[in-house]
Amino acid sequence: MLSRVAESIYWMSRYIERAENVARFISVNLNLSLDMPSEGSEQWAPLVVTTGDAAQYEDKYGDYTQDDVIRFMTFDDENPNSIIACLRRARENARSVREIISAEMWEHLNQFYLMVENGGGVNRVLGNANSFYSSISGAGQEFQGVTDATMTHGEAWHFCQVGRMLERADKTSRILDVKYFLLLPNPTDVGTPYDDIQWLALLRSASAMEMYRQRHGKISPVKVVQFLILDQEFPRAVLQCLTQANESLHKISGTYIDGFSNPPERKLGYLRAELAFAKAEEIISQGLHEFVDNFQTRLNKAGHEIHETFFTKRPLESAV
Amino acid sequence: MSTDLAEVDVVRSSTLDVTNSEQVYNPGNFYDEMFQGQDCVRETCQSLHQSLAEISPEELFRRQQAADRSMIQLGITFNVYEDSRGTERAIPFDIIPRVIEQKEWSWIEAGLKQRITALNLFLQDIYNQQMIVRDGVIPEEVIQTSRAFRHQCIGITPPKNIWCHITGTDLVRHNDGQLYVLEDNLRCPSGVSYVLQNRRLMKRSLPTLFQQSGVRPVDDYCSRLLDALQYLVEDTRPMAKAAVLSPGAANSAYFEHSFLAQQMGIELVEGRDLVVSKGDVYMRTTKGLEKIDVLYRRIDDDFLDPKAFRNDSMLGVSGLMESYRSGQIALANAPGTGVADDKGIYTYVPSIIRYYLNEYPIIPNVPTFACWRPSERDHVLTHLDELVVKPVNEAGGYGLMIGPHASVAERKAMAERIRANPRNYIAQPTLSLSRVPVVTPQGLEGRHVDLRPFTVYGRDVFVLPGGLTRVALEPGSLVVNSSQGGGSKDTWVLT
Repeated sequence: MLSRVAESIYWMSRYIERAENVARFISVNLNLSLDMPSEGSEQWAPLVVTTGDAAQYEDKYGDYTQDDVIRFMTFDDENPNSIIACLRRARENARSVREIISAEMWEHLNQFYLMVENGGGVNRVLGNANSFYSSISGAGQEFQGVTDATMTHGEAWHFCQVGRMLERADKTSRILDVKYFLLLPNPTDVGTPYDDIQWLALLRSASAMEMYRQRHGKISPVKVVQFLILDQEFPRAVLQCLTQANESLHKISGTYIDGFSNPPERKLGYLRAELAFAKAEEIISQGLHEFVDNFQTRLNKAGHEIHETFFTKRPLESAV
Repeated sequence: MSTDLAEVDVVRSSTLDVTNSEQVYNPGNFYDEMFQGQDCVRETCQSLHQSLAEISPEELFRRQQAADRSMIQLGITFNVYEDSRGTERAIPFDIIPRVIEQKEWSWIEAGLKQRITALNLFLQDIYNQQMIVRDGVIPEEVIQTSRAFRHQCIGITPPKNIWCHITGTDLVRHNDGQLYVLEDNLRCPSGVSYVLQNRRLMKRSLPTLFQQSGVRPVDDYCSRLLDALQYLVEDTRPMAKAAVLSPGAANSAYFEHSFLAQQMGIELVEGRDLVVSKGDVYMRTTKGLEKIDVLYRRIDDDFLDPKAFRNDSMLGVSGLMESYRSGQIALANAPGTGVADDKGIYTYVPSIIRYYLNEYPIIPNVPTFACWRPSERDHVLTHLDELVVKPVNEAGGYGLMIGPHASVAERKAMAERIRANPRNYIAQPTLSLSRVPVVTPQGLEGRHVDLRPFTVYGRDVFVLPGGLTRVALEPGSLVVNSSQGGGSKDTWVLT
């Protein structure tokens, strides 16, 4: 397939996954704020830190208030990671590959975008925030369903899958990082009901609460790390995301799953194998933050290799 | 042929009231495609009118609004240049169809086939022997001064001798009931995607009515188009790879480019996706370069290849014309076709038909005065207040003067321009375009329309039954262009 088209599909898929994640973060935090004794910056700051946009936020808004964080993360066009900005770019990408994706995907994405664009802005949303954000994460999941059900599972679909899975792995690791470091070490909360609430909220941010309960029952930090990073079956667990992305990369190249034929397969395969043999206790004892930091650097490198290998214009000689 | 229309029987309608009891649809002093007079529905529209009358005005308006919403949801849009609020807008679709009876359609179809066959022969001749010039039918100077004549195409014979693979001819009906050819669009005519989408919306909006009416289908257009493209190279490359070449997502017709590529199941490429090596054209893919055999190009000649045409083009493919010349790529439409729809050459099309086919032209031209012929120029100069004057080398209504609406000073300025450069002007009588009812919140009202049927020249010459009916939605307006508030309608050719 055309390099330009592969790139657009990859980013379309990444941006939708990103929008969906942002919506879920906000939605979980809104619920959490109802349970917490005080409402304030410690509650809303981590959300912005999660997406890595704290500097931009503070320049523009200063303090972290519920309204401003919601405005920034949902409707602010200047924030490249706001829901509206993600959807706009997802739609622009989709529009430029409309002949490749299914008509249903385009129609769904177009309506998804219009729903947020016509959502009425932050003031109207605040009155009905729960249903607004659950429609957004719902629409994101529907898009995935429509994609899987209407698009041939060929090269284009695998590029969708790679984009979606890399984005998801990145977001899950960020959730864990930020929550763990900003919320857990509050000594007065440890062991209180609020501690439990925080962990449950964290799991909900990754749509993982019920599945975690089925797997591990009681809340414990080690088990949460085990579940969100190392679980082999939970679809938002980092390892599972890398496994999926890895499979799709091999389908694209037609290479046997245990080998590699290009730099992204090598980088991603290596990273996946390390996780497959890692233990949650070791990750925590070595420092979760360091682990996540290192992981994200390497994930970005794999993303960079995907770009170099499939999307950039290689010189004529190398390809004829 | 216009007498046929006059003979259509007029039937009194018992269910005149499509809208409400106070307001009756009034066709006014115009030719109306549905009504023959205030109380008279044309015979061909009888059953349509009857069925419409059974739907309450409120319900009709509700369905119109539902169709409007679908347009937005489906993202059937065109891009508006220099619109800061957003780059897309939907072309309004009016749910009342425009009906063409079978007999008149046969006449249109025969006329278009004749015209396009002749124009194709003209293009082959004009870039090669120029017999038509030597035989004195068209003055050499008229060809030489046409801005759309491409010297780069001299000596070329395209695959299968086809130049104009896709044509979108503009037809208008004057209040004399006669259909005329207003323009031959032989370069990159657009609009066919709206024909196909309008039909889809029509079936959603008024399904029962549609089913009862016996309308000829249009859905095979994309199969025909794909076949016409592959036909060009089928002798040498049976597994031909075809692609649509678009200027990109910022182009006003991008929706159409993308839609056609999708419906044909072929790649949509931009200039930056393509590269020419040793005369072969390749596209850049995730697995290296892949060869292409046929391009349905939707980029104008000027921007097609910076080596051959405008060297500042960022949209084209360097070296494409050389590949075309050496037969390594087929292009549809062929470069250079614009000379045959030049407004100056237009005045010679009836002669072109007679010259190459030895037949009488079936569909007439709008009577046109060529200002480079002294007697016609004199007539134009003395009748500027009645005529529409058009510069031959402009498109999209630019530089046009509508005599009856122009001021004395404007007419005077135009007269000077004509005297200074007569080759650059033609003049035509001011036409009163026919009208069709449209749904408005106040009920049905008449609006002016034109008709753009699409013709595909491949294995044979195929005219898609119907075409794009563009409608000027502003009351009284004659401007049907989508960029200026025009809408469109489904066009029904009855079986």
